[in-house]
Amino acid sequence: EHPKMSGSQVKGVSTGTTILAVKYRGGVIIGSDSRASIGGDYVVSKVVNKLIQVHDRIFCCIAGSLADAQAVTKMAKFQLSFLSIQMESPPLVKAAASVLKELCYRNKEELQAGFITAGWDKKKGPQVYTVSLGGMLVSQPFTIAGSGSTYIYGYVDAKYKPDMSREECMQFATNALALAMGRDNVSGGIIHLVVITEDKAEHVIVPGNKLPKFHDE
Amino acid sequence: VDMALSNVLELPASGFNFENSARNAVLEDVLGDGKTKTPKPMKTGTTIAGVVYKDGVVLGADTRATSSEVVADKMCAKIHYIAPNIYCCGAGTAADTEKTTDLLSSNLTIFSMNSSRNPRVIMAVSILQDMLFRYHGQIGAFLILGGVDFTGSHLYSVGPYGSVNEVPYLAMGSGDHAAMGILEDGFKPRLELDEAKTLVCSAIHAGIMSDLGSGSNVDLCVITRQGVDYIRPYQESEFKDQRQGRYKYKPGTTPILRENVEPVEVEVMQETVQKMDTA
Repeated sequence: EHPKMSGSQVKGVSTGTTILAVKYRGGVIIGSDSRASIGGDYVVSKVVNKLIQVHDRIFCCIAGSLADAQAVTKMAKFQLSFLSIQMESPPLVKAAASVLKELCYRNKEELQAGFITAGWDKKKGPQVYTVSLGGMLVSQPFTIAGSGSTYIYGYVDAKYKPDMSREECMQFATNALALAMGRDNVSGGIIHLVVITEDKAEHVIVPGNKLPKFHDE
Repeated sequence: VDMALSNVLELPASGFNFENSARNAVLEDVLGDGKTKTPKPMKTGTTIAGVVYKDGVVLGADTRATSSEVVADKMCAKIHYIAPNIYCCGAGTAADTEKTTDLLSSNLTIFSMNSSRNPRVIMAVSILQDMLFRYHGQIGAFLILGGVDFTGSHLYSVGPYGSVNEVPYLAMGSGDHAAMGILEDGFKPRLELDEAKTLVCSAIHAGIMSDLGSGSNVDLCVITRQGVDYIRPYQESEFKDQRQGRYKYKPGTTPILRENVEPVEVEVMQETVQKMDTA
């Protein structure tokens, strides 16, 4: 008999969360909220960083059990660093996503964590991949995940355009996260964004009082 | 051909075996809708807190250890030594926090000897994280790790499942809600030493007042680049009472009826002398 594996039954600190990644013209923006909670009623940390750098131009954002996610990304960081030494070149974004997928799929009974991997590589440029709870790996132009994502499917489906400029994409990501944080009780805090291009990975923070406000706020 | 007999006792594999926790979980589900619960291990109701200030880190803890409703230890030490520049407050299962911090301290001492360096705080945190994750939360250690190394002052929270968070201020234990309120209200970046000590002491005091599992005195530990100031106790309990009676019995309380002395006869069987080679 397997123990029930629903998102609300994560043991320990959980990042009930909203995370997303969006490809734009020349790069990719990956973003998250910053709340970590226990059992849906106590906020353990208001300033958790859910955007983990696994290589120079590859980031992943985490959802689910914080302990599981940190353990998996630690392992992935090591494997990718080793891989880049063996191959004498930076790893492909797909390779990073694959590493996470292998870890999630092989240990699916024990782990409760999902990831979005995004980055830039020489072969295919900017890319976005989702690795879900059970280890499914899918490539998409943009993706949202976490408990808060359910509230913004409509918004992102309506507002996404391929080949946006950097500013349009930043606004899109910020708005989506702010809307989700406004409705989901286990998402909140500040917005963390990382803009990844060929040249650099730039970390942008939108503090709580600078979040976009909508009609009833 | 060697054939193991089916009734020969199988030696258990070394290391921890968590088969029973899975069995317990299934039993709890199956038996009587939550009326039957597995027995719980003894915990120290606790308030621990930490704050990063201008020149380092201040850690604080209460000193009460409880065994259900009885105070088992009024002056227990919850701030554990990890390295000359790193200390750790522990909440949760008393035995687990004690042993985990001991293990960590031993490992880091060996590292220091091998590399001639003081360990970095992030190293201590990584080792703890790896170990606690491996045990899937079965080790009930809720830790606040604080220290100063050449990269700066750091304060980390480590949960029993292996989750790690770096924060400027923190409270844990059964009294954490009360302490957190004080910290949220009083914390500012780059506090002075006295402000930081007062803040942590008030936070622990709030835990002592509002939580039944926390009590007695407040211990503080101040860690800076220059060294460590372990103040035990920093603030004593206002509720110390005077014992009304004495538990020592006067000699002669129990009458001696009869005394009999018998020497023990020792027979020397063999005597050997081995010279120590002091060349």
